[in-house]
Amino acid sequence: MAEKVLKVDVPRIPFSRFQKKLGGHVGLLVGIVVISVMVLMALFAPWIAPDDPYRQDLDARLIPPIWHATGTWDHPLGTDPLGRDYLTRVIYGSQIALITAGLVVAIAGTIGSLMGIAAGYFGGKVDMVVSFMISVRLSMPVVLVALAVVAIVGGSLTVIIWVLGLLLWDRFAVVMRSATMQIRSLEYVTSARAAGCSTPRILFSEILPNLTGPLVVVTTLEMAHAILLEAALSFLGLGVQPPLPSWGLMIAEGRGYLFFDPWVVTVPGVALFVLVFGINLLGDGVRDITALENRN
Amino acid sequence: MVAYVIKRVGLALLVIFVVSLVGFLALRLTGDPAVAMAGEASSEADIRNIRLQYGFDRPILIQYADWLGRAVRGDFGVSNYFRLPVSDLIMSRFPTTALLAAFSISFALIISIPLGIIAAVRQNSWIDRLALLFAVSGQAMPNFWLALLLIVLFSVTYPLLPPSGSGEWVNFIMPTIVLGTHAMPALMRLTRNGMLDVLASDYMRTARAKGLRWYTVLFKHGLRNAMIPLVALTAVQFGFLLSGSIVTEAIFALHGLGHLAWESITRRDIPTVQAVLIILATFYTLLTLLGDLLNAWLDPRIRVS
Repeated sequence: MAEKVLKVDVPRIPFSRFQKKLGGHVGLLVGIVVISVMVLMALFAPWIAPDDPYRQDLDARLIPPIWHATGTWDHPLGTDPLGRDYLTRVIYGSQIALITAGLVVAIAGTIGSLMGIAAGYFGGKVDMVVSFMISVRLSMPVVLVALAVVAIVGGSLTVIIWVLGLLLWDRFAVVMRSATMQIRSLEYVTSARAAGCSTPRILFSEILPNLTGPLVVVTTLEMAHAILLEAALSFLGLGVQPPLPSWGLMIAEGRGYLFFDPWVVTVPGVALFVLVFGINLLGDGVRDITALENRN
Repeated sequence: MVAYVIKRVGLALLVIFVVSLVGFLALRLTGDPAVAMAGEASSEADIRNIRLQYGFDRPILIQYADWLGRAVRGDFGVSNYFRLPVSDLIMSRFPTTALLAAFSISFALIISIPLGIIAAVRQNSWIDRLALLFAVSGQAMPNFWLALLLIVLFSVTYPLLPPSGSGEWVNFIMPTIVLGTHAMPALMRLTRNGMLDVLASDYMRTARAKGLRWYTVLFKHGLRNAMIPLVALTAVQFGFLLSGSIVTEAIFALHGLGHLAWESITRRDIPTVQAVLIILATFYTLLTLLGDLLNAWLDPRIRVS
């Protein structure tokens, strides 16, 4: 899919003009706001959250949220089936989502970018091998492989991060490969080579800085992807383990109460949706800005 | 064209082979299959017996060669949970998943193509923005959550559809919506972008300048060219849906391949997991191959390069 959908143009614009463009893009601004709020929520969770995410109160189980007739301000988003404060757990859940996203992208981004840049710059046999590895990876269904490995190794946040990190490098490789290919044939790279610059020097000071735009776009897309996958795996019970407040796991724990207390499922789902929505808006915004500049 | 086809088919076979090898090693090296099969309350002797019985004591590459030799003849061993030949299980479950994927891709195309065309023709209008919002929301929607919301809406609040089960066509409605929504954003964006490129092209201006009617130009000249990249993406998305159906089928208890994968994973039924993996990878590879060949056939520029 990645090859066909992602048309990432290489940006060649100074940062000042980038800043000017930034002001006019509503989606991008919304994305930045959403992500900032989520990051702040994750960083300051211990101070914002009204309660301890693990403290159970079996006398206060499944209290509905404030917009219900019987809701109370003691628990604005209600409590879960074990009487834990739901607002607190949703706030702490942002930590898990963002840690997963960040680390998965760090692992996958390193693997994929190295492969993609090597393939794009050296071409020939290197490109053949990398392209083949991308095809192999793409034909392995991520959910199936991740579920199977977690089932054998056992689920934990660390395992999930490594499994997803080792699986989600494909889009980085695809995009970095085509972006590097575009840049390689540009005049300043040819001049650098003619001037006798070494290959590492060309890669690091001529090519790498110009890959930032596409890299940011893929990073956001893959962060969103990683968050959704972590939630799905945790939802299926083969991800983050209780009592951690993963949003996916919270949805799974509330699933049995779906018929009478649907908010147990809707509340963490909304959190998940809003975060991924924000990240996607940011990615789209960056792509729009860099692509527009290219067309002018 | 013939050389291109041979090259692509050879590559596809090699991909399937490597996937089978990587999948086999990944499942074997991450844990001891004998321990996993025996379960938690088993003795050392049980585990040793299983190891001998299934040949897990042999070198891993010998085991792989043995497995591959049988697999190419359609023998994937016996499921140690269902106690049935894995190939029988797959044959009985495959039609459900294929049907679900076909429904979902049709549903996605029916909505995303018109929406993409309108968004491109009325670029930057409110409908274009709405379509974009729809695409971003669709991408951000966790499919398992959407599934639960649909169950609340259509099985609890308005009891119109069964929340789970398989066998009847009504069981396919909600899974189709969930999986279709997953495939829609990419298809919609590609239709829109393809259409925008086409609308800006010289031949479209020429056709208009000739005095052809607007919709003739749009549909006869524009759409046909904009659809070329969509063909490949549809094939690829179809492959994704086959494998993406694991979560959806698990939630709706729809007994297809995805559900089989889910059951066999939770039961540590390694022969079945391996078989499902290779079947899904094969279908994905065949579908991308089909997409590429269709593209090459539709667009001569591809097969030359």
